Amino acid sequence: MADANALDPPRWLRALLILSAVAVMALLVLLPLAVVLGSGFAGGVRAWYAALSEPDALAALRLTLFTAAIVIPLNAVFGTLTAWALARFEFRGKRVLLALIDLPFAVSPVVAGLCLVLLFGNHGWFGAWLQAHDVKILFARPAIVLATLFITFPFVARELIPLMQQQGSDEELAARSLGAGAWTMFRRVTLPNIKWGLLYGVLLCGARAMGEFGAVSVVSGHIRGLTNTLPLHIEILYNEFNSTAAFAVASLLCALALVTLVLKFWLESRHGDALASSQRRH
Amino acid sequence: MDAIAKTRPGAGPRRPLPGFGFSLGLGLGWLGVVILLPLSALVLHAAGLGFAGWWRALHDERVQAAVKLSFGASFAAALVAACAGTLVAWVVVRYRFPGRRLLDAMVDLPFAMPTAVAGIALTALYAQNGWIGRWLQPLGLKVAYTPLGIVVALVFIGMPFAVRTLQPVLETLGREPEQAAASLGAGRFTTLRRVVLPELLPAILTGFSLAFARALGEYGSVIFIAGNLPYRTEIAPLLITIRLEEYDYDGAVAIAALLLAASFLCLLAINAIPNLFKHARRRDG
Repeated sequence: MADANALDPPRWLRALLILSAVAVMALLVLLPLAVVLGSGFAGGVRAWYAALSEPDALAALRLTLFTAAIVIPLNAVFGTLTAWALARFEFRGKRVLLALIDLPFAVSPVVAGLCLVLLFGNHGWFGAWLQAHDVKILFARPAIVLATLFITFPFVARELIPLMQQQGSDEELAARSLGAGAWTMFRRVTLPNIKWGLLYGVLLCGARAMGEFGAVSVVSGHIRGLTNTLPLHIEILYNEFNSTAAFAVASLLCALALVTLVLKFWLESRHGDALASSQRRH
Repeated sequence: MDAIAKTRPGAGPRRPLPGFGFSLGLGLGWLGVVILLPLSALVLHAAGLGFAGWWRALHDERVQAAVKLSFGASFAAALVAACAGTLVAWVVVRYRFPGRRLLDAMVDLPFAMPTAVAGIALTALYAQNGWIGRWLQPLGLKVAYTPLGIVVALVFIGMPFAVRTLQPVLETLGREPEQAAASLGAGRFTTLRRVVLPELLPAILTGFSLAFARALGEYGSVIFIAGNLPYRTEIAPLLITIRLEEYDYDGAVAIAALLLAASFLCLLAINAIPNLFKHARRRDG
């Protein structure tokens, strides 16, 4: 024990390191959070409530929830399917596919939005056809959903692939050898094993879906009450120098982020052994 | 295994689990529609610009200033995030103190906080009359609406990447190598430099590259604090949206293709880092 302690830094250095880490985090993370809540309630609870219950804000909230309600289930289903193929089978081009799944993490949200404009804009690939058939995708809800799908694509698969690889396929093979059909095996063996990891991926995906700004901003058209999501509504209020209302709406999204963090923390500490090992906290 | 193969002729011994074609087919189809089709529209448009189109789009001082600013600010921010992130990861893994778990949980806040919210919050903090800005003002330090403000926003965004890549490596490192070095007479600083740092360097570099890649494309948190003056505080992603609003698709595509290529290079670098160090160590031994 004496040897181990001899390696530790002197008390003052230890205290200094801890204090500077706390200072960095307070300055960088805690203060922005505090300023949102502080400015959001600067005009009192009434003004806060008024900013949130205004028709444009409610429309933005509805659109944000609508988008999340489409994006989250789609990502959960296709993320699980992709993870099953990638974690349980060997095939050519597997590494390329793994890299492609990560791609949206590296692509700028603005670039993602631009890609959709090039597809669905008036001069885009499908522009003429869409105009001829009077289908509106760009500057309407479908483009907002597609942009959000692009941005949130990796979350579920990225969480499930390492988890399923760690767990191995012994239990599934056992179920098969006992005569279970594909669906029964998935429902009774695979799903219970991955459910916490799936929830974890869905949580991160949901947080990102409701907070996405850059990609949605490019394709939304910013039509008030129609194609504004909550983050876009914040931008409009802020640019109109209505900063109390902007921060009031922002405080709602902040509360959402905090709930996400609490749930994430709970999943990591309670079900850490059912998550991919990179998410395990000791 | 033989028994299974006999009773279930469809499931051969090589692929005894079901759903390969089904899951791979649907997964690939989904990837194709959601990611690859939009990206190929960009790539094909960029390829169709030709030399003249690229020259026209990039031989523009405003574009060059924006690209330079984006790369420079992202590099500076990733550097700061890597250093500060190493400090936080070290403290959280190595020391026990009240509030340690809370500090650990707080690291993820920039991941969870919507970028537009972070943008207006940082602007309010660092504006001249803001909580932090008013203390920097007498020192002659302006942050909001300057390139420095852009770096601050990008550090906020990049920091979690630096901490979360280093943390698992620090946790598995253990103290035995340090104790061995110390028992052989190495001083604390020598141990840190010769024993600990080489083990952590790949993870620190990966965190740096992730933070850099994310910073390069970041939009929401930056545009509020940047001030967005052409030639001075206008980042490349913002210029893409401006070109789009001007219906200058070629101009937008050229900048976007440049950013996309840079992201690809970052991904390649991140994948190459572990191998790089494996070789270096083998040569040492």
